[in-house]
Amino acid sequence: MSEAVPKPLGIVPLGDCAAYVEFSDSLDLEVNAVVQRLAAALRARALPWVRDVVPALGGVALHFDPAHAELPAAPLQAAAAAVEACLAEGLPVAQALGRSLEVPACYDPELALDLDAVAERVKLAPEEVAQRHAAPEYQVLMMGFAPGLPHLGGLDPRLEVPRRAEPRVVVPPGSIAIAGLQAVVYPYAIPGGWNVVACTPLTLFDARGEPPSLFAPGDRVRFVPISRAEFERRRR
Amino acid sequence: MTVRVAKPGLLSTVQDRGRHGLQHLGIVPCGAMDPVAHALANALVGNDAEAATLELTVIGPELVFGHDALIALCGGEFGATLDGRALPRDRPVLARAGARLVLGRTLRGSRAYLAIAGGIALEPVLGSRSTYLPARFGGFEGRALRAGDTLPLAPDAAELAAARYAHLAAGATRRDGIDTVRWSAPPLTLPDREPIVLHAMEGQHFGLFGAAAQRVFFDATWRVAPESNRMGFRLGGPALVADKAGELLSGPTCLGTVQVPANGAPIALMADHQTTGGYPKIAEIASADVPRLAQLAPGGTLRIARCTLEDALALARAARARLDAALRAISWGYAK
Repeated sequence: MSEAVPKPLGIVPLGDCAAYVEFSDSLDLEVNAVVQRLAAALRARALPWVRDVVPALGGVALHFDPAHAELPAAPLQAAAAAVEACLAEGLPVAQALGRSLEVPACYDPELALDLDAVAERVKLAPEEVAQRHAAPEYQVLMMGFAPGLPHLGGLDPRLEVPRRAEPRVVVPPGSIAIAGLQAVVYPYAIPGGWNVVACTPLTLFDARGEPPSLFAPGDRVRFVPISRAEFERRRR
Repeated sequence: MTVRVAKPGLLSTVQDRGRHGLQHLGIVPCGAMDPVAHALANALVGNDAEAATLELTVIGPELVFGHDALIALCGGEFGATLDGRALPRDRPVLARAGARLVLGRTLRGSRAYLAIAGGIALEPVLGSRSTYLPARFGGFEGRALRAGDTLPLAPDAAELAAARYAHLAAGATRRDGIDTVRWSAPPLTLPDREPIVLHAMEGQHFGLFGAAAQRVFFDATWRVAPESNRMGFRLGGPALVADKAGELLSGPTCLGTVQVPANGAPIALMADHQTTGGYPKIAEIASADVPRLAQLAPGGTLRIARCTLEDALALARAARARLDAALRAISWGYAK
């Protein structure tokens, strides 16, 4: 249990209804892996005054009801104590947490709206962008922006591009998009500024589904290239 | 048992106390924008705290009751009539079968809550009946009410109305043709004289703003911009420039978080806010003050008073105590 685990940079109040345990203010996949394990440990403690444990890119947020009868008088200190207790007891191992998901991805230019533009920008052939995009195993670092929308880490640094100058008013559901060193998948039609390089036929979010979200924090994800015909067959 | 929607109003949605515990999946808490008025309305008709109400925004709907119903209207002050007679607010009212409830435009405040004894009989989605408009789930088909909709009520709503109204007998009265009571609940969240004052703590990224922007934030009078909605209130006023922002790592947000996008116009996050965001967070509005902000209509003005976490927690406890006292007083109205 003498594993070296980073200490939090600090605990920041997010108003009077959440505490953010910050480990890093920049993207670091190793730090995020610890964040996921800490979030699992905090969730397992089931503190009665905590209503959400939210792993984010660089830390964990504990959301609470400021009027809860059992809220400690000093919630930040109580959050710090809970984090310390989790770290002292040892965190669950990463492999035991998330699931391994295979996500079919179609790189047809008609669906991969920005594949050519990204290829031009990084000076690779579109086919190679697709290949490099489908190669790594990604991790779900955080869910957010919309219900069921995963932020994925593990993108090939060769594919690093900024967000689009003009965000789209509507990004089609299932669009797999990149920006910086992350990828996201759009669960339903929403506005967005990331570069769409593929599309999955899977349903990402169904409020009546069990579970409602295809992805969860800590999951490991591989994109499996599929043909346009298979995309059409698997959609619905 | 149903209510028919003759006119939908500007934005009428089913809401309850919200959908908590799912933010790790990006699922937004939602819920009533003014949870205090929502709680009072529920209590006035004898409902459990979990029951859903209708949240009515700026211009109210026209509703026709298919049977007797015990109703209460709390929160924003709308011109409201029941079969043409002025509807008293903040108290239980017995609406007879066929009665037509007409809510006009708001006179004060921007959101009213209509509770009906027995609640709104919709299946909870992910533990809540709250409507989440952007992803179209929860509430009534995941959307705002439309003309012609039929809203399902509890099967025993008429019996509940009669039984609960009988419980109110000691305080019951028929005045100007309306069956109601002689007492009312206090309107706890109606905005005071504008600009209203909201308490806020310095946010996670307060230090990224220069001294001038930091001062301006607490000195300026802010105006709720027209493009404000259940996700966030855009605040019009002097532009705030984050000197050292650059690209921030996206992180968790809360109800009441005030973010400042690159255009310098702050956004206060409201009930349908995204669970994460990448804009610098200049401040966090005390949760106790968010319901009063929710009652400001576009054009409404506010100022921000600096507070500490301890202050904000004390405000939250005080607000809870005020609500609890009001709920207790309402329950005495029901005691035989």
